[in-house]
Amino acid sequence: MAKIGLDGHDRGVKVVARALRDAGFEVVYTGLHRTPEEVAVAAVQEDVDVIGVSILSGAHMALVPPLLDALQARDAGDIKVLVGGVIPEADRAKLRDLGAAAVFDQDASTDAVVDWIRRHGVRSEE
Amino acid sequence: MRDGSPPAGAGEYRALSRLISRIENHPGAAASIIADLWSRTGRARRVGLTGAPGVGKSTLADQLITAARDGGLTVAVIAVDPSSPFSGGAILGDRVRMVRHSGDPGVYIRSMAARAHLGGLAAATRDVAYVLEAFAFDLILVETVGVGQSELEIMRLADTVVVVTAPGFGDAVQTLKAGILEIADVLVVNKADRPGAKETVMQLREMRRLVPHHDAWDVPVVETTASTGAGVADVWEAIRRHGEHLRTSGELEARRGRRAEREVLALVEAALASRVRATVHDRGEPAELLARAKRHEADPHSTAKAILERLIPPEGR
Repeated sequence: MAKIGLDGHDRGVKVVARALRDAGFEVVYTGLHRTPEEVAVAAVQEDVDVIGVSILSGAHMALVPPLLDALQARDAGDIKVLVGGVIPEADRAKLRDLGAAAVFDQDASTDAVVDWIRRHGVRSEE
Repeated sequence: MRDGSPPAGAGEYRALSRLISRIENHPGAAASIIADLWSRTGRARRVGLTGAPGVGKSTLADQLITAARDGGLTVAVIAVDPSSPFSGGAILGDRVRMVRHSGDPGVYIRSMAARAHLGGLAAATRDVAYVLEAFAFDLILVETVGVGQSELEIMRLADTVVVVTAPGFGDAVQTLKAGILEIADVLVVNKADRPGAKETVMQLREMRRLVPHHDAWDVPVVETTASTGAGVADVWEAIRRHGEHLRTSGELEARRGRRAEREVLALVEAALASRVRATVHDRGEPAELLARAKRHEADPHSTAKAILERLIPPEGR
């Protein structure tokens, strides 16, 4: 679970991280103010199945594409990126087109996130 | 030492990371992985960081990474955090403190959840350390979960154990207790800018006089404020000196020999135990003995002895 950019609102990401922990997931928390590069490096080193980025600053269109690119550059394009936060309707489809696996707005329940990761998140072993 | 360049190249960290996951998730896979890379292990320096939750282990680890990088060494960190006993889930937050090394290809940081394993490490940590050695990191830093008094497994994994404490974690009686303080090769009093630090240092020095180190090594007590970096150079120097002591005294070979022996015996015991379990549940006589114990007709000790004698005849032992 990651916070990218200048956005300092970390209540939501912590609530979701906690919900995932309680659902039995191992959650790596990156802390605030990360760059897309830092998140990509952490995701590769930790070999995660899913990256959850929480963006409440409105900068999602500027921050998500560089994260997706940074993953591609590390041969890690198969790591699913889940975007959560204050995301206007019109941008959700755009983010999915760009390669985000799912977008959850601020009204989504933690159960919905847990359920999505259970169904789509866990990478199959090769 | 080597030149501090990335050991396997940043691009290869994905392969390394996948390998580590396989060892974590499939204990059976470790045997062939370790056998394949065994010839490349044994050259890294292993340093363990342990201590109570919140004393500043991760922050100190972050500073030690910098010290090692300045010295031209490449660094791999294994940071273990606890798992929930109820859900099995975990929040792994140690790398938050080490994030400034993110852009440095000479640094690899991997979090591990302890899962059901007790002792301060994860069951797979031992094998993961070998993998990191094989990927040619010069220094392997292993940070345990925040420990109490008897999670001492780190002493079996590390060449040098750094025990981190901080003021306010108990009075003089605590420092007399057996366990965690006895395994320290280097004692660090972190948060030395807080009240009570001097007293803690004095108590630890006193304790050290009463309880000498098991291997003729004068355990240094070092004050640090890891958040600012104050005193970190002294810790690094203490670690370096202990490394020298290990080499010149022959203790390094002795420690590694004991480690190898314990690992082999533990693997043999684990394999035997699973065979015994399988046999006890499907073979006639042992299964019958077990059933009698379950019905309270025989006591556990006599039953165990009887089963063992049938599985391994006494003359064969």
